[in-house]
Amino acid sequence: LSEKSKDVAKQSGVYSDHEYDAGLRVIHEDAVANPGIEPHRVRMTDKSEKHEKNAVRQVAALFTISMLGSALALWAYFAFPISEDLTTVRVNTLFLGIGITLGLLGIGIGAVHWAKTLMPDNEVSEERHLTRGSDEKRAAAVEIINLANQESGFSRRKLIRRTLYGALAFFPLPGVILFADLAGKPGANPGDKLRHTAWGPGRRLTLDPYGFDSEGIKPADITVGSVFHIIPKGLNPDHEDYLEQKAKAAVLLVRVDPADLVESEEKKGWSYQGIVAYSKICTHVGCPVALYEQHTHHLLCPCHQSTFDLLNGCKVIFGPASRALPQLPISVDKDGYLVAQSDFLEPVGPSFWDRSVKQ
Amino acid sequence: VSNSVNTQKKNGFLAGTANYVDERVGVGGILKEFGRKIFPDHWSFMLGEVALYSFLVLLLSGTFLTFFFQPSMAPVIYDGVYAPLKGAHMSIAYSSSLDITFEVRGGLLMRQVHHWSALLFVAAAGLHMLRVFFTGAFRKPRELNWVVGFVLFVLGMGAGFTGYSLPDDLLSGNGLRIIDGMMKGIPFIGTWVSTLLFGGEFPGHAIVGRLYSLHIMLIPALILVFLAVHLFMLVIHKHTHYSGPGKTDTNVVGYPLMPVYVAKAGGFFFIVFGVIMLIATFFTINPIWNYGGYDPSPVSAGTQPDWYIGWLDGALRLAPTGIEFMIGDYTVSTNILLPLVISLLFLAAVAIYPFVENWVTGDKREHHVLDRPRNAPVRTAIGAAGVMFYAVLWAGASTDLIATNFKMSLNQVLVSMQISLIILPIVAFIVTKRVCLALQRKDREIAIHGRESGRIVRLPHGEYIEVHEPLDPHDLYKLVDFKDYKPTLARPNAKGKITVAARVRSSMSKFYFEDRIAPATQTEIDEAAHHAHEIEAEVQKAIESSK
Repeated sequence: LSEKSKDVAKQSGVYSDHEYDAGLRVIHEDAVANPGIEPHRVRMTDKSEKHEKNAVRQVAALFTISMLGSALALWAYFAFPISEDLTTVRVNTLFLGIGITLGLLGIGIGAVHWAKTLMPDNEVSEERHLTRGSDEKRAAAVEIINLANQESGFSRRKLIRRTLYGALAFFPLPGVILFADLAGKPGANPGDKLRHTAWGPGRRLTLDPYGFDSEGIKPADITVGSVFHIIPKGLNPDHEDYLEQKAKAAVLLVRVDPADLVESEEKKGWSYQGIVAYSKICTHVGCPVALYEQHTHHLLCPCHQSTFDLLNGCKVIFGPASRALPQLPISVDKDGYLVAQSDFLEPVGPSFWDRSVKQ
Repeated sequence: VSNSVNTQKKNGFLAGTANYVDERVGVGGILKEFGRKIFPDHWSFMLGEVALYSFLVLLLSGTFLTFFFQPSMAPVIYDGVYAPLKGAHMSIAYSSSLDITFEVRGGLLMRQVHHWSALLFVAAAGLHMLRVFFTGAFRKPRELNWVVGFVLFVLGMGAGFTGYSLPDDLLSGNGLRIIDGMMKGIPFIGTWVSTLLFGGEFPGHAIVGRLYSLHIMLIPALILVFLAVHLFMLVIHKHTHYSGPGKTDTNVVGYPLMPVYVAKAGGFFFIVFGVIMLIATFFTINPIWNYGGYDPSPVSAGTQPDWYIGWLDGALRLAPTGIEFMIGDYTVSTNILLPLVISLLFLAAVAIYPFVENWVTGDKREHHVLDRPRNAPVRTAIGAAGVMFYAVLWAGASTDLIATNFKMSLNQVLVSMQISLIILPIVAFIVTKRVCLALQRKDREIAIHGRESGRIVRLPHGEYIEVHEPLDPHDLYKLVDFKDYKPTLARPNAKGKITVAARVRSSMSKFYFEDRIAPATQTEIDEAAHHAHEIEAEVQKAIESSK
């Protein structure tokens, strides 16, 4: 900072009590002088009694509208009760809302109109002072702190100070640990629960949501090109952990021409006559992959548009997901119903840190 | 005794009350101090007020809702008046939300008032932040208040999200599922974090109750505390004013609190409340009855989060395909982490900006006169780039709707958004900076040469000129009153060494102030006026001689 700009700052009277560094600021010594506040423009309501009286009437009228509005709302509350007929909800909302709106806007617009037309509109200038205290005040404050320090011996008595720091550092820890039970009873690793779903050998496939107590689905029910939303047989809303199980076990079942399916060696036996079952839980952040595009055989997640190629092991072909949807190996049981061969062989849903660690 | 009774009678009820309160609370001193406090007037100063008032409306309408809402995830079979859901399995939270909607008079209205004012609260706070940014109101001594305001904005988003999830409907449940999925993607502790939040496996039976505690107690209490600090600092600093005649860094020009601002600001609370009520009366928001209760299997296509969460959802969508990778047996979900880190960095950049600019300018003085955005071209350009970055992320949350409504390929829309996220902020920066500089040049030209009068004169030697008229001094001052900075060189410190910090600061000062238009000075204006007089004399002479 140049000494010159400091001087100018001082001269201009900005910092009577204290000087601040102006940094990279260029102070122009021949800057245009401040001409002062613009001359006041007189309003119509100041000049003419007629306008003033009108404004008074307008403000009073607005406040009156407010009263009428509030009265309307009170009346509407009783006049338009709501019943089994849902149109009554609409009428109730409408008239109650209009009444309250008028009650509020009447006051608001009235008060602002009052301020703008009838209260003085002369701009006033008030001095600002530096935010920092004056040197005197600061010195006094420092003195108080020093005195307190002296009287308590805070700097002098190192042992007390350090043990206090220690105590203050440790005392919140019990408060933190108290929250651990927010996790319920997670076991050694909460990720373990994510490795198992309600599927298992021989568990029949049923329709979501109300097919859980049906016998199941036969391959003949599944026509080529149709998609079925599937849950394990017996998984019903009366179960304590119905939603948690469903959040992992939801499956999409699709039938395609077996000749179109590209299956890896190890997953050769996982489909049945062109019927394939894939986890419905997106491998991105877990939304249900609910959209099936029949002519491309793509599955699409409506949340973030991750797209999976059903014919090709549900590999990701677009969008933020990184992993293929896990496939559920299926076959038919002796009664001819579609069943799972086993549980999923990998955790379903979003990725987590140790999902691929062998148990 | 007789005296005080007499005073009361003489001066009426108001004076009596004032006396009563002052003798017990000492309110007289407070009124003397603050009653005639000056507030500057400008429409853009209302944005923060809108945020404040919508928060009050949130408290009022929210309190009403708590009396009817039951934050329990225990399952029930719906038996209310809404026929399409009769007999459906759902949580008590969802069924009580339906009851508020269909069985409480004014319940739907209050739900909509609450939701609309939440949207308005975050919107107004965001616009208020933009106003503060683009006018440089965050400069010393207000840097800390900027941070407080930033915290309020983040708390506002948190309040919004926790409230949005309470009805336990299908739409908000899928929002929670996304949060669950994001948390699981955090290395090492992801599954633990999710388990802590949900009290076990997703969705569990705990989350609505927990979010309810956060939503109606912790977050509003924090917002109130930070609001109090925010407003306390506002009083300490006194409000900024725009540059103009009569306004300096050592005064505040405006109207007194009593009566003008009591009427204007008090009335404005009723206007904000009234407008929210009007919108809530006529426009449906979040029709939860259409979605059904939460179930992890179904989902509706084309759903959108509340607007203020959009940019985070967009960030998730724009992550490139297949960037997750493995370290040994461990999965690193870069597709979650990258958007998360970018969003957090963006927020951090917003929070620390005042300190960066202050370091570069080295200007430690107090700034109470606001900048016109054009007069700080690089700051304005940085702001525009930030807005553009946010806007692309936000638009990214609607890729599917853009594709279906405009009949475009979803894939192309998304890829173009990914490219735009990098390109458009740069374009916005360059264009904004150039526009600012051009406006500054124009201002300077008008200040020096005066306003174009439209009067064309032909001089005796055949030259045509347009006569310029000098500006009114008040109008002129608006064009020349701004702070002018110039870049610095990296200078050695006391030990004679040029530090890395000095080098960085030097190159940043170049970045900020290399292209610089200085304000017109009195000397320049006088010279130009002198020249104009000469021309005017020549014109007059020409007119005379033609007679």
